Amino acid sequence: MDDLAAFRAEMRAWLDINCPEEMRDGQVTEETICWGGKRWKFTSDAQRIWLDRMAAKGWTVPSWPEAYGGGGLSRAQDKILKEEMARINARSPLESFGIWMLGPALLHFGTHEQKLEYLPPIARGEVRWCQGYSEPGAGSDLASVQTKAEIDSDHYLVNGQKVWTSYADKADWIFALVRTDKDAPKHKGISFILIDMSTEGVSTRPIRLISGKSPFCETFFDNVRTPRHQRVGDENRGWDVAKYLLTHEREMISGGGGGLLGGRPVGAVLAEMAHGLDTADRRAAAMECEVDSLAMALTLERYKDQAETQPIGDASAMLKYYGTELNKRRHELMMEGGGSDALAWDGHDGLPSDWLRTKANSIEGGTSEVMLSIISRRVLELPG
Amino acid sequence: MTSLQKTEDEVMLADAARSFLDDAAPIGHLRKMRDECRTYDAELWSQMAELGWTGVLVPESAGGSDMGHAAAGILAEEMGKTLVSSPFLSTAVMAATALRQVADDRASDALRKIAEGQVIYALAVDETSKHEPDAAELAATPDGNGFRLSGTKTFACDGMAADRLLVLAKTDEGLTLFDLPANRDGINRDPMDLIDSRDAARITFEDVAATGDDVLGQVDDAMTVLKPALEAGQAALAAEMAGLAAGALDMTVGYLKERKQFGVPIGAFQALQHRAAHLWCEAEVTASAITNAGRMLDENAAEATLAVSLAKARATKTAELAVKEGVQMHGGIGMTDAYDMGFYMKRARVAAEWLGDYGYHAGKVAALRGF
Repeated sequence: MDDLAAFRAEMRAWLDINCPEEMRDGQVTEETICWGGKRWKFTSDAQRIWLDRMAAKGWTVPSWPEAYGGGGLSRAQDKILKEEMARINARSPLESFGIWMLGPALLHFGTHEQKLEYLPPIARGEVRWCQGYSEPGAGSDLASVQTKAEIDSDHYLVNGQKVWTSYADKADWIFALVRTDKDAPKHKGISFILIDMSTEGVSTRPIRLISGKSPFCETFFDNVRTPRHQRVGDENRGWDVAKYLLTHEREMISGGGGGLLGGRPVGAVLAEMAHGLDTADRRAAAMECEVDSLAMALTLERYKDQAETQPIGDASAMLKYYGTELNKRRHELMMEGGGSDALAWDGHDGLPSDWLRTKANSIEGGTSEVMLSIISRRVLELPG
Repeated sequence: MTSLQKTEDEVMLADAARSFLDDAAPIGHLRKMRDECRTYDAELWSQMAELGWTGVLVPESAGGSDMGHAAAGILAEEMGKTLVSSPFLSTAVMAATALRQVADDRASDALRKIAEGQVIYALAVDETSKHEPDAAELAATPDGNGFRLSGTKTFACDGMAADRLLVLAKTDEGLTLFDLPANRDGINRDPMDLIDSRDAARITFEDVAATGDDVLGQVDDAMTVLKPALEAGQAALAAEMAGLAAGALDMTVGYLKERKQFGVPIGAFQALQHRAAHLWCEAEVTASAITNAGRMLDENAAEATLAVSLAKARATKTAELAVKEGVQMHGGIGMTDAYDMGFYMKRARVAAEWLGDYGYHAGKVAALRGF
């Protein structure tokens, strides 16, 4: 315990000196988030300095090994870092699909060389990744992906189309599921490969969503040559990597349920609205939403504690399902509380756009219905 | 705070409790008592004392096992799975916690008797159909050096079996908690015959004499002693309800695999699969709140109110869903007295009301979260 207390004191002192004042507003919104990448335009010097300082410590990815750009922190130390950052309302220095999804998959399935090559640039925010999973014909039935990768000596020749590739137009690299054996059963002919988005033949097209924003793209591959050593895991065993990565994606998406709005209680948000808590039914709904949000936040903590000793696995479907449904519920309530003040596009600081965005939460990364099917088959072991 | 995962010791305690209870008190035990019109099993209580369960919150210096609130929650959860009927919550959790707030020889003696299984306590707090301790009206009027208690208490769980009662009364400047023998002159107890087939009493106090020695803690300051006791009870009751929900869910999932209609197990139908999966998710989220409440009571009891109310609110909702889905998915057989699912439903309803209903606890959560 003394070691942890010393670590906390050291951490606190370091943060006090190194976290720029402007980075202490505790906000993680679409506008303030730092995604990094080759084309990233820092919104301020403070954002750049904060990222550089945290990355130098390895604290953009606190639990990754130091050899790969991480901080090498234990779960207990990682918790202290989070607590101390929360204490001063510090923004997260960097968020990315590299951190949340590819990193864990590479740590588990990658070769030492692949880890050395790809992980440190993720940790430093130098390379931004996107995810090439869904296709027009492969949504909930993800394993039916048809984008094909044919062997051409030491390269793959990739042809096909991905869809719902979040931020593909801003990403430097993509991790993609491709079919390397069209004759094998669908789960057994897939490989997981890494493609440089600047390769000739890769193109993207943003999709305008109901929220008015375009976070998702279509991504096209037209005779894209990719070195075979950029495959993660064995050939035709990409589904194993894909599934493992999905458990991390679900955990990432579920986070919205517990700690939205910088952890502000939904009732407190409603209380600031002119008529937010006027009615007994809305007050009751806010109470229930708050009860469920707090319990969900504890559940995310509990599962992270558990992940220290055993993988979360299929139970991540619960985090994803519950967190996203809760997030939708919170936003419905805020829209209702806001009344006509929340109907204009910029009403209540972009609440309408956020509300519409949450509708994707229970679709992206596997629909709520797919999550429930995973739980019923794999956890409850129901037939069918 | 300690990890929200169960520790190895906690897993071992749960396993040991399970194997004892499967033998000593499966659901059939409750059914048998119900059929025999009994609500208390002295033999089971003395076995719980031997296992150190009645002393789970009694200091070692008073002969207890002093395992703490998280451990008490684990025991309560295992009891909930098979609807074990005993004064565990009233006596070993709530009375023991109240007595621990008082550092005198009399409290120590009482704690020792609890650990030995020699005394049963019940709390006489509620006076109306809803839990609202601050509004207690039962009057303790000054009378010479002592008091005279007059009024009525209801929903005193384990009140018929109790040897002693912790009675919340209104005094001149506030509320006062009395620790009285249940057979004192002027105290009359009537069984309430509740739907869950467990012990609860309506108690009338007619000019009951009490002295300063009968006061637990200080006059006009009941809550210093009672609030920690109620919170300990609420957390353990939440754990019992989580166990109850798990028991009902297990029974239901088992039935979905076994019952065939249209030539297939009904668990192959997605309409039922998704509802069962949703229920499991609710139970998982509730489990975190239960463990968190136990940890908070053990590590920072003064700040545990939010954690405790969160646990009771969540457990109430989850248990309610579990028994509703349990009966519905069982179909006709779930409606029969011969099948055990109904016992879960009835206990869930009683436990929902005991020590504060959903609205009471959700309201506390909201107030502590600033709205």
